[in-house]
Amino acid sequence: MHYTPTTPEEERSMLQAIGVERFEELLAGVPEHLRLKDALSIPAGCSEPEVRSELEELAARNHGSGRQICFAGCGAYDHYIPAAVDTIVSRSEFTTAYTPYQPEVSQGTLQVIYEFQSLVAELMGMDVANASLYDGGHALAEGVLLAEATRGVPRVLYSEGINPHYLKVVATYASGLGISLVPIPLGADGRTETGALEAALKEPASAVLLAQPNIYGCLEDVRRLSALVKGADEKKPPLVVAAVYPASLGLLEPPGDWGADVAVAEGQSLGLPLSLGGPYLGLFACRIEHIRRMPGRLIGRTLDRDGRGSYVLTLQTREQHIRRAKATSNICTNQGLMATWATVYMTLLGPQGLKQVAELGARKAHYLADRLAGIPGVSLTFPDTPFLNEFTLSLEADPRTVLDRLAETGFLGGVDLARFGRDYHGHLTIAVTERRTRRQLDAFVEAFTSAVA
Amino acid sequence: MGDNLKKIPVGDAAAAGPCDATIDERTAALGASGWSSACEPLSIDLSQPGRRGLYLPASDVPETDLEIADDLQRSHPPDWPEMSESEVVRHFTRMSAKNHHVDKHLYPLGSCTMKYNPKINELTARLEGLIDLHPLQRDEDIQGALALMWELERLLTAVSGFDAVSLQPAAGAQGELTGLMVIRAYHEANGQGEKRRRILLPDSAHGTNPASVTLNGWVSQELKSDEHGHVDLKTLEEALGDDLAGLMITNPNTLGLFEPNIDRICELVHEAGGLVYMDGANFNALMGIVQPGKVGVDVMHFNLHKTFSTPHGGGGPGSGPIGVVARLEPFLPVPRIVQDEVPEVPGEVRYRTDWDRPQSIGKVHAGFGNFGIMVRVYTYIRALEGEGLAWASRQAIVNANYLMHQLTDDYELPYPGPCMHEFVL
Repeated sequence: MHYTPTTPEEERSMLQAIGVERFEELLAGVPEHLRLKDALSIPAGCSEPEVRSELEELAARNHGSGRQICFAGCGAYDHYIPAAVDTIVSRSEFTTAYTPYQPEVSQGTLQVIYEFQSLVAELMGMDVANASLYDGGHALAEGVLLAEATRGVPRVLYSEGINPHYLKVVATYASGLGISLVPIPLGADGRTETGALEAALKEPASAVLLAQPNIYGCLEDVRRLSALVKGADEKKPPLVVAAVYPASLGLLEPPGDWGADVAVAEGQSLGLPLSLGGPYLGLFACRIEHIRRMPGRLIGRTLDRDGRGSYVLTLQTREQHIRRAKATSNICTNQGLMATWATVYMTLLGPQGLKQVAELGARKAHYLADRLAGIPGVSLTFPDTPFLNEFTLSLEADPRTVLDRLAETGFLGGVDLARFGRDYHGHLTIAVTERRTRRQLDAFVEAFTSAVA
Repeated sequence: MGDNLKKIPVGDAAAAGPCDATIDERTAALGASGWSSACEPLSIDLSQPGRRGLYLPASDVPETDLEIADDLQRSHPPDWPEMSESEVVRHFTRMSAKNHHVDKHLYPLGSCTMKYNPKINELTARLEGLIDLHPLQRDEDIQGALALMWELERLLTAVSGFDAVSLQPAAGAQGELTGLMVIRAYHEANGQGEKRRRILLPDSAHGTNPASVTLNGWVSQELKSDEHGHVDLKTLEEALGDDLAGLMITNPNTLGLFEPNIDRICELVHEAGGLVYMDGANFNALMGIVQPGKVGVDVMHFNLHKTFSTPHGGGGPGSGPIGVVARLEPFLPVPRIVQDEVPEVPGEVRYRTDWDRPQSIGKVHAGFGNFGIMVRVYTYIRALEGEGLAWASRQAIVNANYLMHQLTDDYELPYPGPCMHEFVL
């Protein structure tokens, strides 16, 4: 099948109008010997009912949060998505619109992204936010590029509490530019070691990457860490690049207030479906003095020739299509529709809803952590460190086996940290969102008790 | 609220407006002008304290002290709007009406390929079992999703003639950078990483090309092209050398013309020890006609949101997988998706994520890439099959030539003769 309207008869008359007899004559510019001789070896196509059944069968071979009760986190969370969100983003005026290069036919998209930027800047406590990046890992990598371009030192420190998959992305982006990445270990309390940070700060660096909360769910003493960084060099201290969890910011101090110069995040927790990790949404916000090096698009509000208010892409001289080889970033397209998704979610939630989401998750997580830590062979890895809605357990049993057993009883029981590498062996990180009910939590404790036995 | 206008330097915010106003004058003018009547107000201006757009259940667990230190807690809420659900829906619906979009009428852009976005793709991408998967689930939980990605990689190799595909890059620009990183890893593996750091690109290249070269730590050198935007072989030969990492080329080029010497260009670059990267933005003109992987190209990115019908979404999400020839496969991002036979059940296969690729460049996306887009593309290709894809390219070419012909009398045609899927007036 195909979606083009032209019938073979119509094509014939079009070819006639062009003045050729056969389609192949239009390929005069493609040398004969380069052309494909045979048809593409792709299996026979299906009608719509058939292709739908095939996809339904593929979907049925997966077990997602629709079928299992989800306690997995580490960057992607099973938050409630209000019905109005999908209704709005499904409008073809948003989905099938082009990137807003022509402002006169894109005012809808431009205003939505302008509102998105404003909401994100407020959320982060920052001066300005961009139109979005690909995902949390990419946003962190762009933060490193901005810092390196600003400070000019090819050395970046990172807390080992940063999501290891984000760090892999950072390392890949840094590899071409000769930026060395220096780890700052976590202490026995699961928080970035201040002594190690102080020692590493004795040499110049462009940035220090911090996570709040960190990969174990621990809340870092970010004010103190940030103050250490600022104190390292009176004139040009490294930039503090913070990776945060948006849904926590109803309760936690925003990064702009605790001293971050650049704040990045995975925006999935703002109403986006889990969707196996993408499409997601990289949030990027910073202080005004860095705006000239900010990656990606930025929408501004202005007046047209007749004095009417309108929205346009602005500060484009930073971007690759003008600066070419001298641009700080190569990004072109953003995640426009995912930003729309998050904008609708944030607008529906309002400040009260944001706080309620954070509070509900935290209360339920603390209730669950207390109960799980009472099971023989299970303990909180960092019992004295504060956390919000995500925490890490040390298990005597192999976390992998425990997850297998929990899956049999209908639970997506958390993230086995060993998937990030051997260093993390023996740990299970559990996230609790506002969607979980006490009944589900109690059932999970029961299943967990059998799974570790 | 955090109204971005106040924080952007005046001269820049004025990109499309009067440039002599101060920021305060501009703000006042914005307030006094048509904003309130003709224009949709900002959500923050529709806010009323106490309104709610979503109600969540009260806590059903006992109160506990969260023990979060005071100085870690947010002291004031974000200045976000407070609106009811009905107001939110109307606000966004009114904004949406201001967009031009493909479902309303055609959007005749060449390189950006604004083709129709089939509705079945949206339905399949939202199926439970695909939209609700967590990226850190066990491989056992996501067998259908891994199978889909594994099959999609093979479908894209079949269209393009490459030997392997990585679906991880999230957009065309990221695909470009990934492709260049793969080339760098290849040169490094051959002990030539230090030496080969120069990339040639035609002066008509899209801005992402040189920007990606810089991010990859290399220098780009522009090749002057001839009047048709084609590479001049003599100029190319003079620019070769043992410091050459490779060449980037867009084919068909931005003028809508196919590069007739593409095979010879690839040969020359290969002889000099370099590799060829092709920007696949215009691949919609080539399906069923030319396979870049078979004419000498080593790496190409696909823009799935262009050639393979996924919606542009007002600027993303895109998806920019890369196709590579066999010798470059070891360098592709991790994880790779592997199909294993199940020894105890003949004929049955299982899929797993393989992270053990010591030569891999690493990761460019925290997850697998834009999976939701891959589901749409898989649906599209399964519906169309090879013949349908070839027909889509053919119709793009016929339509472009027909339109060009209809406009010939009224406009000047700088490049007469048949075009591919786009043309210049």
